[in-house]
Amino acid sequence: MSVIAITPDYEKHIQYRDEQELYHGSLLVYVHWEEHISFVSAFGVPLPPDTPFGAICEIAKGIYGDHPDAADVDWAKAEWMIDDKKATPDFGKSIGENGVGHKSLIRFWTPGLHGYKGTSN
Amino acid sequence: MTAKKLSLKQRYEFLTRDLDWEPSYQPIDAIFPYDQFEGIKIKDWSGWEDPFRLTMDSYWKFQAEKERKLYAVIDAFAQNNGQTGISDGRYVNVLKIFLTGISPEEYQAHRGFAFTGRHFRGAGTRVACQMQSIDELRHVQTQIHTISHYNKFFDGMSEFPAQHDRVFYLSVPKSFFDDARSAGPFEFMIAIGFAFEYLLTNLLFVPFMSGAAYNGDMSTVTFGFSAQSDESRHMTLGIEVIKFLLEQHPDNLPIVQKWVDKWFWRGFRLLGIVAAMMDYMLPKKVMSWKEAWDIYFVEAGGALFKDLARYGLKMPKYADVATEACEHISHQNWGLFYQLCHVAGFHAWMPDAAHLDWLSEKYPNTFDKYYRPRFEMWAKQEKDGKRFYFNGLPQLCSCCQLPMLYTEPGDPTKTCFRSSTFKDTRYHFCSDGCKDIFDNEPEKYVQSWLPVNQIFQGNCGGATVPEVLKWYHINVGVDNGDYVGSPDEALWKSWAEQRLSEAS
Repeated sequence: MSVIAITPDYEKHIQYRDEQELYHGSLLVYVHWEEHISFVSAFGVPLPPDTPFGAICEIAKGIYGDHPDAADVDWAKAEWMIDDKKATPDFGKSIGENGVGHKSLIRFWTPGLHGYKGTSN
Repeated sequence: MTAKKLSLKQRYEFLTRDLDWEPSYQPIDAIFPYDQFEGIKIKDWSGWEDPFRLTMDSYWKFQAEKERKLYAVIDAFAQNNGQTGISDGRYVNVLKIFLTGISPEEYQAHRGFAFTGRHFRGAGTRVACQMQSIDELRHVQTQIHTISHYNKFFDGMSEFPAQHDRVFYLSVPKSFFDDARSAGPFEFMIAIGFAFEYLLTNLLFVPFMSGAAYNGDMSTVTFGFSAQSDESRHMTLGIEVIKFLLEQHPDNLPIVQKWVDKWFWRGFRLLGIVAAMMDYMLPKKVMSWKEAWDIYFVEAGGALFKDLARYGLKMPKYADVATEACEHISHQNWGLFYQLCHVAGFHAWMPDAAHLDWLSEKYPNTFDKYYRPRFEMWAKQEKDGKRFYFNGLPQLCSCCQLPMLYTEPGDPTKTCFRSSTFKDTRYHFCSDGCKDIFDNEPEKYVQSWLPVNQIFQGNCGGATVPEVLKWYHINVGVDNGDYVGSPDEALWKSWAEQRLSEAS
């Protein structure tokens, strides 16, 4: 144990506050559109593990729809990274089958779209 | 013959050491159980130099005098309708952030110093902490009284105690103080006494108090003056603590260095909110955040660490990263406020053309290249009647609890992502500084109450935004959203019209 605590059995008293069990069967998933950082941060969404990966594109459309680049996104050409590894997700398979776990970070790049006037905004 | 009057030094000696005693019924370690587990070694508590020799009678006398002046000014401000004389209605949002984000932390500081004022075995140290504890309680009271006058007219201030424990951005200052208060007493003293009250305090108080002065808020300025002499005592205590620990034993150095690194970074993240306030929320500007950082951290902090180098203490880790980030954080944080003020208890707005030019001038390396286009895009959307609000719930850093919005050191076009896995669960961080803090004590931070994650877990009043805002005690359509079109703006305009009609 690395925490400096006065209680010798500190570990027994830890209240874990972000475990998957607390999300009522869902995985908390983070999604981030690269080169569009005018959006404050990645967004979080709880999804059941059997959600098809394609649903992430639908949710992202709702979040990013106001951006001038949004209408030009070609999802078939998007490049993906799941938890720091390049990925080629199968949109028809579930997020679980695509290697998405609890609090995974899914980042995507949209070739040709580099934000408002190419400024990554 | 009457006895000679005691000197101030002697009186203070009597108040501290002389009122202390050697216990005989209980072992001393049982009386002071908290001051050893952190690994700090104190060879001789009598080596403690009292930073301020203030006896209780003079303390009450000084403080009472200051209170009389403060309340006289607050009364005069109220009788003269001083609220109508501020620079602009937007300014009041600074007070909303102060009252909801900082005043409750004065109270947390009061509780923290009450704890250390009980648990150090050195009597001089205890008395100094007790006095600061009372100061902090006085500060929260006087801030509430000062700002309560504005609460009669403007929205978003009345629910600050409930909001402190619930609202997402207020978890940033709350978690900072919770972290310090749940540490041992020595770490608390380095966190709050040294890092916050000494190293970073000028970056908090100067912007707020000069901002108030520049913007016609005389009641807040008077509060600032009333707190100033306390603050200088607190600074003296902060510097005494670090010197005392470093002088007592060489083994203390690595522990103190780790705390300095940690609390510098946590403080830097917290002050990012002040940065946005200073660069974007003051209708009449004092100086830029970058200028304040250069004066109060780079210059003054640099000199301080040069002085502390004789003990082997180094500049905080990531100080260079922080200084580089000061070209960016105010713009990034205002972007956060702008797009999330629909779920906040204060208003944000689009800076006007003159304001954007001021930012270009103050940030010649970064503003036009990275941030002006962002505002340009949003201004266009506003013009088209589609004012932009972020539609989702942001990913939060598991240490500082801010949304993960900061960029890679050296690349302001790329969001910085860091993560660690502890017991098979992944945790995300906005920076190396925040990741290091977690990695040093993961058992502590896995217990963090992250507001967005708590919404998803079903602990915040419901699953929809209106339900959560109700649970936040935010009055929708009144307290939140853009300043333009708000009841605050309508009130301010009605005062301006009244002044015009009275003048004609």
